[in-house]
Amino acid sequence: MKMQNKHIKALAIVIYFVFIIGSFVIGFKSGKQIGHNFITFSVEMLKILPCAFILIGLFEVWVKKESVEKHLGKDSGMIGYIWVVLLAGTTVGGLYVAFPVAYSLFKKGAKLGVIFTYIGASAICRIPMTIFESSFMGIKFSLIRLLVSIPLVILSSVWLENYLETKNYKIMEGK
Amino acid sequence: MYYLYIVTGLTLLISFIGDRGKTSKAVKIAFKKLVKILPAFVTMLILVSIVLFFIPDKMISNYLGNNDKFIGVILASFFGSITLMPGFIAFPLCGILLKKGVSYMVLSAFTTTLMMVGILTYPIEKEYFGVKVTIVRNVIGFFIALIVALSIGFFFGELS
Repeated sequence: MKMQNKHIKALAIVIYFVFIIGSFVIGFKSGKQIGHNFITFSVEMLKILPCAFILIGLFEVWVKKESVEKHLGKDSGMIGYIWVVLLAGTTVGGLYVAFPVAYSLFKKGAKLGVIFTYIGASAICRIPMTIFESSFMGIKFSLIRLLVSIPLVILSSVWLENYLETKNYKIMEGK
Repeated sequence: MYYLYIVTGLTLLISFIGDRGKTSKAVKIAFKKLVKILPAFVTMLILVSIVLFFIPDKMISNYLGNNDKFIGVILASFFGSITLMPGFIAFPLCGILLKKGVSYMVLSAFTTTLMMVGILTYPIEKEYFGVKVTIVRNVIGFFIALIVALSIGFFFGELS
């Protein structure tokens, strides 16, 4: 069953690319537009992903498990959440960068609440993005947004950690 | 964007000076991890390219601009959840909408769901955290965005 799904998915991807290339060949406008969207977003991500993954790789070889455990693990308390919000502020890209980083943090011993906080916080309080936002929406807008959402992200992450622990949840890559 | 290249370059250089073996191991890990998740990224990019074709920026502006505030918030959070837009497109768009008279509350519902709720990033998120956690996290993000929108509405005096 799993194998079959994989084949269907691969086939769908092939059909997609045949459709896009075909659209460019015969000049089908809608297909070309979709192709343009694909290229624009791919370029945007290719600018970020290699750097993000190299930093993840360096993090994995250099940072000791004990130090992540100490600062972001089970006994880190409130400070762990503060550290991880600050770390999230420096994240680039968006959620798609936050997921692999969060996964590596977890592998190094960060607790679940901390990594969900990291994901949430890197969605809402990346520093360059927030500065850009406030230049269009005003500082008051950005401040209210951050002050309301960060506590909610932390609280919901703590809740999610407790909930998943009662369910014996395990994170597994590729599951 | 450039600071990412500078930081990555410098870190790589310092790491290389410190320990060549570790650095090449790190690059190998990076490459392996990237290749492993690449199919999920391609799936996401395909979904993004199709969804953005059917829901272009213009359509989003029309829907956000034309409604009762509360319907606006619901529509804004719907569009924010199902689309994906980099900040350098989303915020200028919101700036224009703001000048056209769209409320802060509606715009915050749009931008916050855009940031926190990722239906299009689902293929990637589920590879790392599983289907169930992905769904729960996104639902929580959606409600946080609604609370943020109401707070913005309150502080900007738009609720009445």
